[in-house]
Amino acid sequence: MTPEAASPAQEAGPLLEARGVEKHFGRVRALRGADFDVRPAEVVALVGDNGAGKSTLVKILSGIHHADAGEIRFAGERVTVASPDAARELGIETVYQDLALAPDLDPAANLYLGRELVRSGPLGWLGVLDKKGMRRGTEEAFATLGVGLQNTAAPTATLSGGQRQGVAVSRAVTWASRVVFMDEPTAALGVVQTRKVLDLIRRVRDSGLSVVLISHNMPEVFEVADRIQVLRLGERVASFRAADVSMEDVVGAMTGALRADGNGRDRFGRGTREDEER
Amino acid sequence: MKPADEVSARAAEAAAPTELRDEDVQEEQSWLQRLAGSNIWIFLILGGICLIFALLSFDSFASSTNLRNIAVDASVLLVLAVGSTFVIVTAGIDLSVGSVLVFSGVVSAKLMEAVGGESTGVILLGLGAALGSGLAWGLFNGVIIAKLKVPALIVTLGSFGAALGFAQLITDGVDVREVPFPLVESVGTGQLFGEIPYLVVIAVGVALVFGVVLALTRFGRHTYAVGSNEEAARRAGIHVDRHLIKVYALAGTLSGLAGFMSLARFATTTIGGHSTDNLQAIAAVVIGGTSLFGGIGSVLGTVAGVFIPAVLENGFVILGVQPFWQEVAVGGVLILAVYLDQLRRRARYRE
Repeated sequence: MTPEAASPAQEAGPLLEARGVEKHFGRVRALRGADFDVRPAEVVALVGDNGAGKSTLVKILSGIHHADAGEIRFAGERVTVASPDAARELGIETVYQDLALAPDLDPAANLYLGRELVRSGPLGWLGVLDKKGMRRGTEEAFATLGVGLQNTAAPTATLSGGQRQGVAVSRAVTWASRVVFMDEPTAALGVVQTRKVLDLIRRVRDSGLSVVLISHNMPEVFEVADRIQVLRLGERVASFRAADVSMEDVVGAMTGALRADGNGRDRFGRGTREDEER
Repeated sequence: MKPADEVSARAAEAAAPTELRDEDVQEEQSWLQRLAGSNIWIFLILGGICLIFALLSFDSFASSTNLRNIAVDASVLLVLAVGSTFVIVTAGIDLSVGSVLVFSGVVSAKLMEAVGGESTGVILLGLGAALGSGLAWGLFNGVIIAKLKVPALIVTLGSFGAALGFAQLITDGVDVREVPFPLVESVGTGQLFGEIPYLVVIAVGVALVFGVVLALTRFGRHTYAVGSNEEAARRAGIHVDRHLIKVYALAGTLSGLAGFMSLARFATTTIGGHSTDNLQAIAAVVIGGTSLFGGIGSVLGTVAGVFIPAVLENGFVILGVQPFWQEVAVGGVLILAVYLDQLRRRARYRE
């Protein structure tokens, strides 16, 4: 992620922004000029029907896919997010829908995957792992985030769905310094665990990080989101403040029944701020 | 808002009892998993086999000469199997190890013959040539597998044939018998403190070093991660392609070392003698508890997995049982080992 055009950082402006992003998979146009933005320390819900392009957009912003066209801005500067490493250097972490955990490794190994601690001194030069340090760090992270795990030495595959979710969320929150993406973080969870994850999202936001929540579950979205952005057929069709809008409006925008955005600027939902700037 | 609320509430009700059940299952699994997941089984089996042979024929089986023979026979295979352990932990496979062993031995022998003399310098040159040849084949395998995404089974089946073919082209199919005598005398048949054969010392050293690398280092951790969930490793910022290339390069280099050891032991290139080394190495790794599906395994287990067939063969010979039974018995142990792995996986994965 090399800054290509330096511009003064806009404090009040979006922290992370996508403009006119396009992505094709063979003949399928997953994204057709999608816009998206998230401001510092807010929860933005990214909603849309199946196939609207939510996951594709998240993967582009977290460096797994590359956009065919369009630009990504971080803190006002144009950046290219060429790899997961690049996203990480920007302080962006992602909880994937499939959790992206190594099932045969224990939670500590997963939390530190790709960022393993090594011993100090000559052993460290040889790459000898600091397993104790990683276990301690993991237990601290779990304690802070309220993830209940008695046995942190068991392979992650033996954990329940909620516990695994806890490991994946803890990993993202531990390493993120600016933005956390969460792709359907509660899809596999029971009601108690869902509540925990939603509380966690609020706490993460209050600690100063931005959270992008991808979800199908409208009550959940309205419970935690500050703003809601709607993707439909690979484009952003609406951007609402959660407090100003009803669930019917959001669902209407998702399905195409209602095509005005929350501010009623444009009946095609294209009068958003970013577009006007262009 | 109402209907959606009701739906999620219903879903929650449905989910709650499931959670309780999960806890029970976890309790039950933990001991099952401890049993199936550890290396203890395989060492018990090895110990049991040794005990039976010792009881039936103590003087012949348990003599230091015989135990030394078993260890020497196993040493070359152990070096191959250590490399295969890394490959199989990444959920890969390397069928080329025996042919790369032959190729490396041939290149090394030819070079030493061409340079001439029996100095230490020539021998070290030969060692370098063997390691270099093995490394080259390993890099070839790794690059094709990681970058061109050709399945490891096919790539290494190809290099299995090609490496042996090149070895025969270089020698016209005739074994090279010009091996420097000091090499045969020292590494090949010499013994540390007059007790432990150097071949065994080398093999134990390789197993020790790479056992530690796999179990305790970042390189080892990444090897497990790539085998356990390649995509997760990639998303975690691990350079999966580069790592796979390194792992196959390691397996190739160890095959080169094994080629040099074999050269020292037999004082000839044994071109025709390694066509089943690959399967023996894979069998040893799998018997040792390393999962063909990747993500699980250890070098310690592989050590036991190498010795079970070696002890069986030796014991049958001593007892006057037809040695062909050894292959039957190893086949049985192999299938049992994979069955245990299946049990373990079933106990681990909850879905």
